[in-house]
Amino acid sequence: MSSLGLINANPIIYEKQERRVRKPSSKDEEYTPNLIDQEEIFYHIRDIKDPEHPYTLEELKVVTEDDIEVNIEKNHVRVTFTPTVEHCSMATIIGLCLNVKLSKCLPSGFKVDIRVAPGSHATEAALNKQLNDKERVAAALENPNLVEMVDECLAASY
Amino acid sequence: MVMEGNLELKEIQILEGHTDRVWGLAWNPTTGVDGIPPMLASCGGDKTVRIWQQQASSGNWDCKVLEDIHTRTVRTCSWSQSGKFLATSSFDATTGIWENFGENFECVSTLEGHENEVKCVAWNSSGSLLATCSRDKSIWIWEVQPGNEFDCISVLQGHTQDIKMVQWHPSLDILVSVSYDNSIKVWEEDDDSDDWHCVQTLGESKCGHSSTVWGISFNVSGDKMATCSDDNTIKIWNTPTESTQTSPNGLGSWEHVSTLSGYHSRTVFSVDWSRDGIIASGGADDAICLFAKSAESLVDGPSYELVLKKEKAHDMDVNAVKWNPTVPRLLASASDDGTVKIWQLVRVYKCAQP
Repeated sequence: MSSLGLINANPIIYEKQERRVRKPSSKDEEYTPNLIDQEEIFYHIRDIKDPEHPYTLEELKVVTEDDIEVNIEKNHVRVTFTPTVEHCSMATIIGLCLNVKLSKCLPSGFKVDIRVAPGSHATEAALNKQLNDKERVAAALENPNLVEMVDECLAASY
Repeated sequence: MVMEGNLELKEIQILEGHTDRVWGLAWNPTTGVDGIPPMLASCGGDKTVRIWQQQASSGNWDCKVLEDIHTRTVRTCSWSQSGKFLATSSFDATTGIWENFGENFECVSTLEGHENEVKCVAWNSSGSLLATCSRDKSIWIWEVQPGNEFDCISVLQGHTQDIKMVQWHPSLDILVSVSYDNSIKVWEEDDDSDDWHCVQTLGESKCGHSSTVWGISFNVSGDKMATCSDDNTIKIWNTPTESTQTSPNGLGSWEHVSTLSGYHSRTVFSVDWSRDGIIASGGADDAICLFAKSAESLVDGPSYELVLKKEKAHDMDVNAVKWNPTVPRLLASASDDGTVKIWQLVRVYKCAQP
């Protein structure tokens, strides 16, 4: 982590949405595809901690339920996230966190695409390309420093 | 009654053992003939290389595990033409050279030099040269010396991003590389020096791919190649076989012939051209597709058509497909689901009621 100070020292904090009590579908259980919807995906990612601030991705409106697209027939999920600032270098970490969390929580047959909201980041195309190159993601996740950062962000979301 | 025959890709074996995704595989080219059962190497995220060989007597597959050399994912493996050596490329930035002693394999050399993950390693047809490529954007050419020594004779710069794969021409010392920069580059050695240079770049302006190029495979005669990409397509390229001013080695400029699109719905990770002209592809849609030249040629060249699509060939992404070079119509595939599958392309006859 940079010692030069936070990239975004004053993020806007949003109120968390009201939560319904719901039993998450477990990967190991006999599971019904119908349970996988926007709400379920959001349930898995809303409490991921932002890498820089002691707030969740939901509180910073980095992820919202509306920015999750699910196609059950194709077993496909696309999550669009909005970094708090345009030049956010933490965007890669956030993307990795989303990737890791969803691959752990969703059944293995699901295809997940992660992207930044159009217009929300200075190097949008480059970032999206990197986040969706599974070889690059796999190599990044063999870096112990990165893994530690990701694990810290994910800890509160389980 | 009418007999109708359809081509089918029949799954004949699942090889389980890897404890993480399987990234690459390679058939030992000296097996599958003269009574020697076929032998296959696979490698993956569990940092191991596995050597699989079918027992002639029982038909069961043995597995030898090669481990404790690479400290990170092993991405690809490649046999020398003699079948005596297996090269393995790893995210740990090294390339391992393993010697086949029959009963066991031993790592006899580790090639260092790349700054980060080595994405691919490939032997040339004569076994005298090795090429490796990396996320560091360079390709290293290594010369094989006696005593299992490998000298780096050239470092090729030119790609502007991560290089995903390198492949040698089947008979000439010409190298093709494909990259995250969306381009395909052709490399040859200078006549008068040990230097290698890029003789052609096939980018979007040359009907090239619009996203990362993941794989490349030559046809058996080396006058055509197939490339596959994150743009979900497979492209076929052709070169005139007569020597032209572009290349003293006897290959002319490569030209785009055909784009196969609409068959894979996600990234195509691997493509392999069989000796009998069938192109296999595998991708992130969990499917394997087979293509062949159409019976009717168009005025301006051959066209290719889908022979069959095997949906859900694996439970997850297909990372590699490879035809056995000696046993006809035998295909192997590797997947994120941790398995290697062996397939036989067969024609199935059904009696159809008139």
